Amino acid sequence: MTEQFEPVMIGFTCNWCSYRAADMAGTARIKYPPNVRLIRLMCSGRLDPTFVLKALSGGADGVLITGCHPGECHYIEQNYIALRRYLLLRRTIAQMGIEPERIKLVWASAAEGVQLARAITEFVEEIRTLGPLNWPTQIRPQAKHIEQPAAVEEVLA
Amino acid sequence: MSAEIKDVNGDKERVGVYVCHCGTNISAVVDVEDVKVWAGDELSDQGVVVSRDYKFMCSSLGQELIENDIKELDLTRVVVAACSPHLHEQTFRNACGRAGLNPYLSELVSIREQVSWVHTDKKMATEKAKAVVAGGVQRVIENEPLEPLHVPIHPSTLVVGGGIAGIQAALEIANAGHQVYLVEREPSIGGHMAQFDKTFPTLDCAACILTPRMVEVGEHANIELLTYSEVERVDGYVGNFTVTIRKKPRYVDTELCTGCGICWEKCPKKVIDDVFEAGLGYRKSVYTPFPQAVPKYPVIDTESCIYFHNGKCRACEKLCPTDAIKFDQEEEFLIVDVGNIILATGFDLFDARRIAQYGYGRLANVFTSIEFERLCNAAGPTDGELVMRDGITKPKSVGIIHCAGSRDRHYNNYCSVICCMSSLKFAHLVKERTGAEVYNFYIDMRTAFKDYDEFYQRVLDEGVLFVRGRVAEVTDAARLPGEEGKLIVQVEDTLAGKQRRIPLDMVVLAAGLEPRVDAKEVAKKFGISCSAAGWLTERHPKLDPVATMTEGIFIAGAVQGPKDIPASVSQGAAAAARILGRINRGEIELEPFRATVNEQQCSGCRICNNLCPFNAILFHEDSMLSEINHALCQGCGTCVAACPAGAISGTGFSNEQVLAQIEGLLMYSFSSGADLLEMVPA
Repeated sequence: MTEQFEPVMIGFTCNWCSYRAADMAGTARIKYPPNVRLIRLMCSGRLDPTFVLKALSGGADGVLITGCHPGECHYIEQNYIALRRYLLLRRTIAQMGIEPERIKLVWASAAEGVQLARAITEFVEEIRTLGPLNWPTQIRPQAKHIEQPAAVEEVLA
Repeated sequence: MSAEIKDVNGDKERVGVYVCHCGTNISAVVDVEDVKVWAGDELSDQGVVVSRDYKFMCSSLGQELIENDIKELDLTRVVVAACSPHLHEQTFRNACGRAGLNPYLSELVSIREQVSWVHTDKKMATEKAKAVVAGGVQRVIENEPLEPLHVPIHPSTLVVGGGIAGIQAALEIANAGHQVYLVEREPSIGGHMAQFDKTFPTLDCAACILTPRMVEVGEHANIELLTYSEVERVDGYVGNFTVTIRKKPRYVDTELCTGCGICWEKCPKKVIDDVFEAGLGYRKSVYTPFPQAVPKYPVIDTESCIYFHNGKCRACEKLCPTDAIKFDQEEEFLIVDVGNIILATGFDLFDARRIAQYGYGRLANVFTSIEFERLCNAAGPTDGELVMRDGITKPKSVGIIHCAGSRDRHYNNYCSVICCMSSLKFAHLVKERTGAEVYNFYIDMRTAFKDYDEFYQRVLDEGVLFVRGRVAEVTDAARLPGEEGKLIVQVEDTLAGKQRRIPLDMVVLAAGLEPRVDAKEVAKKFGISCSAAGWLTERHPKLDPVATMTEGIFIAGAVQGPKDIPASVSQGAAAAARILGRINRGEIELEPFRATVNEQQCSGCRICNNLCPFNAILFHEDSMLSEINHALCQGCGTCVAACPAGAISGTGFSNEQVLAQIEGLLMYSFSSGADLLEMVPA
C-alpha cells in the first residue's frame, strides 16, 4: 500500500471574516486536515492573482481563497472583485494546462468556523484526488533553483 | 528551555524566533522543541540568529525574554509563534517597542488556533508549525517600520434607536458633557419597554422606571432628539462620520405644538393601533403612541388621515389653538458630524402566526406575549383588566406556552432568553389579578441571573402549575366532556410520562425575539456584519461585546442578540464608556495599513480609480497621476492587487511581504521534508 499523498496547500484569508472563522474553528477545537497553510490579508480584494500563481509555482498543490459572504464585505464590496479575479484565474490556469479545480473560492463569515473547517476538509480531499501538481519539478525539471515563471516575473517586476 | 543562538550573519536582518507552549495548549500537539531547533538550524540562512521556546510567551517573563534579546543580540526582526494575532499581536508589538524595535517589525504567527487546536496528527502538526514559522520569518524580513495613524475623534455621538439601551447610552454620554444625536424611527422613544406593564423579577412598573429616563432625554441640553427619523446614509470613518438623517414629516410644527392633545381628541378617524397596542387598541389618525410619549408632539398618519385621502376634514388644523398643524410639511434631511455611532435598534417579536398549530390569529383567545403585556397594562386598551378577546369575560384558566418560535429548528434554534422570566411574570400577574388557574408549558426553565430563580420559587409557591413538555397543539375541537368552548392544549407531560389534554380559557404564547426585519440592511448601511439570522456581530463574543469589527461603530442591547432589560442597560452604558474614553483622549490610534501610489511608476491608467469603495483615490488631470487620500483609505488593498504597473504599495500587506510568506510556507512539505527548501524560487 502506497503512502497517502499529502498535498501542500495555501489558503488566503480575510482579516475580518475567514481568518476569524479559522480562529473560531480553533477555539471550538473543530478538526480539519493540516494541509492548508493560511495567509492573512486585510481583504479578499487584496488577493493579487500573482499570489496564487506564486503559490502554485512554488510547490502548492492547491490554493484556497476565502472571503466574506457577498454583501458582507468589511470594505463594502471588494469580495466581488475577488470573485471576478477568481473566475479569471481559473480560466488562466486552465490555459496553462493546470486543473482549474486546484483553485477554490469559499465564503466564510467570522461566525462560520464549522463551515470553514468543512470546506478545508473537502478541498484537501479534492486535491488529494487530483494528485500532486509538481509545478517546480515538472515545469522546470532540471533546475535546482527554479526561476519565477516568466508571467509571474513580469508582474512582479 | 534552551536557546539556539547563531553567530553574526553579515548585513542580513537579524531575526529572533519565539515559540510558545501556551501551557500545553500548543505543546500537547506540536513538538515545540523540535520547531525551535529546526528554526534555529534551517532558517539561519534566512536570518534567524536566535530561536527560543517558552511556556507562556505572553507572560511578562516571556516578553522580557524577547526584549532582552532585542537589546543584547541586536535583533532587527521578531517572529512569535503562538496564538492568533487577534489576541496577542499588540502584546508582542508593545514588547518590541519597549526594547527600542519598531513594533511593526514583528510578526505573530498562529500555531494554536490554526495548528494545535485543529489538528490531531502530531507529526503533521509539527511540520505545519515549522512551515508557519518559516512563513513568518520570510515575511517579517520584508516588514517595514511603521507608525500608527492618529485619528482625531469628533466629540459628538450618534445613537440609533431610542429603546432602553439607546436611552442609557445617550444619557451616559450626554451627562459626561458631550453632544448626542438620538435617532428613533417611531414618533416616541421608549422602545419595547414602554409597552410593558411590570418588569421581572422585582415587578417594578415599567413605565414608572422608564418614563423619568425618557423625560431626561427629552430635556437634556446635550441630546438632540430626532424621533420619527431614520438614518439615510453614513459616510466617513471612525472619529469623523458624516451621517445623513431623514426626518419624516410629522405634519405638526414642533415649535408651535404644546402637546395639549386637542387634535387627537377631535380627530374623527379611529384606527387600530398595530404598533404600540399590538392590535388590541385604537388610536386616532393624529396621535402620540402613548400618553407619556417623548417628545410630546403628535404625528399625522397619512395612510388613515381623511384629509390625505380626499382633501377634506382638517379638523385638527381648525381646532389647534397654536396653529401647529402643517399639512404641507415635507421630509427634511439633516447632516450631522459625529465621531462614533451606537446601534441600539432592538428586536422584532416572532410572528406567532407562523406556528399554525398554536392557532394564533385563528383561535380568538390565543394571545401573544406583547398582547398580554398590553392587556395587563393599566394604561392599555382594557385599563389593565385581564379579559378574553370578547373584552368582558375574565379567564378562569390560562395556559402560557414557552419557547414559541425559539429553540425549535423549524423557526429559530436559539433561546430567546427573556421568555421564561416574562412567562413567570405573566403567571404571577394572572394569579394576582384574576385568581385563575395558570399552567406554564415549558421545555426547560431558564432563570439565571440575580433574583430570577427566587422569583420562580415565589411563583411556584403561589400555586402556578408547570408542565414540562413542548405543546403539540392548541385546538378548539372538543372531544371529551368539559372541553366544549375551551381551548384544549395537547401536550406530552415528559415528567409524568403521559399525554395530556388540558382545557383552558386563554392561551398566551411567549413569542421569541428575532432580529429586526431590516437588520441586514442596517448592518450594510453602517458597514458592520451580522449573523445569518441577523443579529449584529460583536468584535469579540466575550471580551469585546459592544464594539464591532468596524472602528467607531458600537452595538448595544437586543440588536446583538436576545437580552433582558438589565443586560441591555449594561450594554448601553458599556458602549457609552468605550466612546467616552475615546472622546477624552481626543484621538484614536489606527493600524497604519494604507495604500500609496508611487508616482514614478503610475501610468495614469485609472484602473484603480473605480475600484475604491471609499473614493479615496483621486486622479490629477494635470499630472495624469492617481493619488490615494490616506484619511479615506481603509487599507483593503484591492487597488494594490489591481495596479497593472505595480505602482501601488500597501503597507503592512505589501506584495513583498505576502510573496515572501508564500515562499516560507512552502519551504517545508509533508512528504519530502526539507527537500522542498531547495526548490523554492530564490
